[in-house]
Amino acid sequence: MTAPLSTPASPAARYDGVAMAFHWLLGLAIVLTFALGVYMADLPFSMTRLKLFNWHKWAGVAILALSALRLLWRLSHAVPADLPAPALQQRIAHWVHGLLYLLFFAVPLAGWAYSSAAGFPIVWFGVLPLPDFVPRDKDLAEVLKEAHGLLAYGLAALVLAHVSAALKHQLIDRDGLLLRMLPGRR
Amino acid sequence: MRSLFTALLSLAAAVFTLQAAPAQAQAQLQAAQSELSFTSRQMGVPVDGRFKRFDAQLNFDPKKPEAGKVGFSIDLASVSLGAPELEAELAKAPWFDSKKVPQASFQSSAIKAAGPGKFEVAGKLTIKGLTRDIVVPIALSQAGGLSTASGAFVLKRLEFKIGEGEWSDTSMVANDVQVKFKLVFKGIAAL
Repeated sequence: MTAPLSTPASPAARYDGVAMAFHWLLGLAIVLTFALGVYMADLPFSMTRLKLFNWHKWAGVAILALSALRLLWRLSHAVPADLPAPALQQRIAHWVHGLLYLLFFAVPLAGWAYSSAAGFPIVWFGVLPLPDFVPRDKDLAEVLKEAHGLLAYGLAALVLAHVSAALKHQLIDRDGLLLRMLPGRR
Repeated sequence: MRSLFTALLSLAAAVFTLQAAPAQAQAQLQAAQSELSFTSRQMGVPVDGRFKRFDAQLNFDPKKPEAGKVGFSIDLASVSLGAPELEAELAKAPWFDSKKVPQASFQSSAIKAAGPGKFEVAGKLTIKGLTRDIVVPIALSQAGGLSTASGAFVLKRLEFKIGEGEWSDTSMVANDVQVKFKLVFKGIAAL
């Protein structure tokens, strides 16, 4: 039995405001940073490429830092109970969310390491030098470049799956799932 | 007769003495053990590079530094940054323009002592056809017949038009470039 769209979600059935803010802000940041990465990756050397690479790294590190705060919030605050659904769907949803969190860290960490290995330490917003936690090594840089790309595309695929599932719930199942991540009457 | 012979002997001795003591011997650069490197900053990120081919002509006696002379030449096309695309960019006209002006050079005008084993070399640095006066502090150490001259200075790239046009933006590439060198010579007299 699915609930009609017009029923207001009960207080316990929504994510809290901070969780919502993290979700949409980081969702947008991740999509834009991914798109920037895909666009810039094969550009020939130019001033534009230099700027784009640095902006991409600054955004990636910001996403990493915010994801850490987000994870702390997630671990210390209640989330809405699962919507009624077959157990398998619920399990898949949990696994996808878990993998998303994993990639929120793995993708920027791989990118940071790649930059260090390639001999370009990250200076956040041009002012804060970040440590290199891997040595300068051309071969390592090649491996990390591949890893960063692979993980990023993996994240993109999961994001698509996540968005598709949310739309499926909202538009086909009509169970009001999307409203849980949107502010509204309590 | 005897005083003429003695005089000639003294003169011969004097001439021999003069020739046996070289006033300024030419030292030989040991290029394989020497280094010339620099660090630039791109949007805050330190980028290191070095030159693989350079040469030095040095006439120097540490006990008489004012009489010394040093000339230095660098093959700008030998720059190495560990990134071929950056090296290709540096060879272009807005940067070194190394196909047209492949050599950078330094000629000393004055060397003076600045402490034990320390010297100040003043001279003219010429890159890309532009000449600027610089003073470079040098520390000289000696061991096993070799002398090592090391030092560093800050080069302002815009003074030599290194990075012209859009690249003159110093928020993209800083104006200050830290230059470091370690030059090993054979044949410098003792400190």
